[in-house]
Amino acid sequence: MSTTETAAQDIPKVAVEITVNGQSYRREVEPRTLLVQFIREELRLTGTHIGCDTTYCGACTILLDGEPVKSCTMLAAQADGGEVLTVEGLEKDGELHPLQTAFSEHHGLQCGYCTPGMLMSSLALLQNNASPTEKQIRKGIQGNLCRCTGYHNIFKAIEAAAAEMRED
Amino acid sequence: MYPAPFNYHRAGSVAEAISLLSNLGDGVRALAGGQSLLVLLKARFDTVTDLVDLGRIRGLDGIEAGNGEYRIGALATHARLARSPVAEAIPIFQDAANGIADNQVRSRGTIGGNVSSGDPSCDWPTLLIALDAQVHCEGPDGKRAVPVNEFVEDLYLTVLGDGEIVTGISFPAPEKGAAGAYVGFKRCAPAYPTTSVGVQLTMDGDDCKDVRVSLGSSGLTPIHATGAEAELRGKLLTDDVIVRAADAAVAESDPIDDQRGTPEFKQLLINTLVKRGIGVARRRCAGEQVEVSHEYY
Repeated sequence: MSTTETAAQDIPKVAVEITVNGQSYRREVEPRTLLVQFIREELRLTGTHIGCDTTYCGACTILLDGEPVKSCTMLAAQADGGEVLTVEGLEKDGELHPLQTAFSEHHGLQCGYCTPGMLMSSLALLQNNASPTEKQIRKGIQGNLCRCTGYHNIFKAIEAAAAEMRED
Repeated sequence: MYPAPFNYHRAGSVAEAISLLSNLGDGVRALAGGQSLLVLLKARFDTVTDLVDLGRIRGLDGIEAGNGEYRIGALATHARLARSPVAEAIPIFQDAANGIADNQVRSRGTIGGNVSSGDPSCDWPTLLIALDAQVHCEGPDGKRAVPVNEFVEDLYLTVLGDGEIVTGISFPAPEKGAAGAYVGFKRCAPAYPTTSVGVQLTMDGDDCKDVRVSLGSSGLTPIHATGAEAELRGKLLTDDVIVRAADAAVAESDPIDDQRGTPEFKQLLINTLVKRGIGVARRRCAGEQVEVSHEYY
């Protein structure tokens, strides 16, 4: 269904109100604005990364109303009224989240590009399953690619964070 | 990557969606979870003038059982379906609901969108053929139900007319003691399957009383493998019978040559997956708990 492109300036903007890391933001955006662009370019929260841009790599993973989603494959307009948690929302009062500490301690990253998405998928996993088996951890981050670590230290980090979070 | 510019409309009801889709010209498309459509629009494989977002329509995401059938609203997401009592009751359903793409895509992707895309690699149409499902549609000319194996006519082409949308899926509750398996093979979680096979089996002792076999990513549309079914129905399920059924399924397939593999490679996979699917379905019919889903390389 190929049609002539409509000029962007002729398109009415869409009003959206999205809560990100506990703070509500109202913006008028182009309809084609992706949620990841809203987060990175409108709000300047650049912790959420764009990796493959084709729904493969998971670097752009955020939590929307508690569920992990790839923010590059969603319009900001679709998230209107929703609550988003990004990697910037993990740290509380200057204290790293147990997942962040564990990724650091267990060397669960090298270049760090996939890490924000890995952390958010790991959080979604641990919120639903406080004591995941190794297989469940593998399934939990099945939608996140890492080209550096070979994943083993990521699994170790998630296991360690799970243990830490069970104690808290 | 940005999609080309488009107008955005949020439909508040099925009637409003149909009206918008009918009146906005040739360049309008319906948006549900967007897990297929947005990818195409970003890559500029497709361009639209207008998107009608169905995502806020109330009452279109129900998951219900009763009167001998299951009814699922078009907007039910894969993740919700995987956690639903339907998945608990019907193992083949769980296999697909847990196997489609990855966790993130399953949070957003919907069963209605998956069926509507007309993509032979999508899991739900293949699985739903095995469950003998109906696709419920509503458009300017009213409501109709279409058997799922007639819904996809050709590659990316469904029977949906202008302004018509999928509102839900229904299928008869499987007989007591019936069980199935949906097995797929793919490169990694986010990838589409290289091939997939659905088997729904009703056993009578060691005999196959009834069976449905379906093939995904094995041709230009999802395939109802009636030849494979004929080799199995009413027979004692010996190894020879299962081998003949797998051969028949391969003969019914017509996989394309693409980056996921050659037709010969895919037919080897189909052969193996049909045998595996029958094996798992049979063990489940006997009451065994077997966890399967898509396998990765």
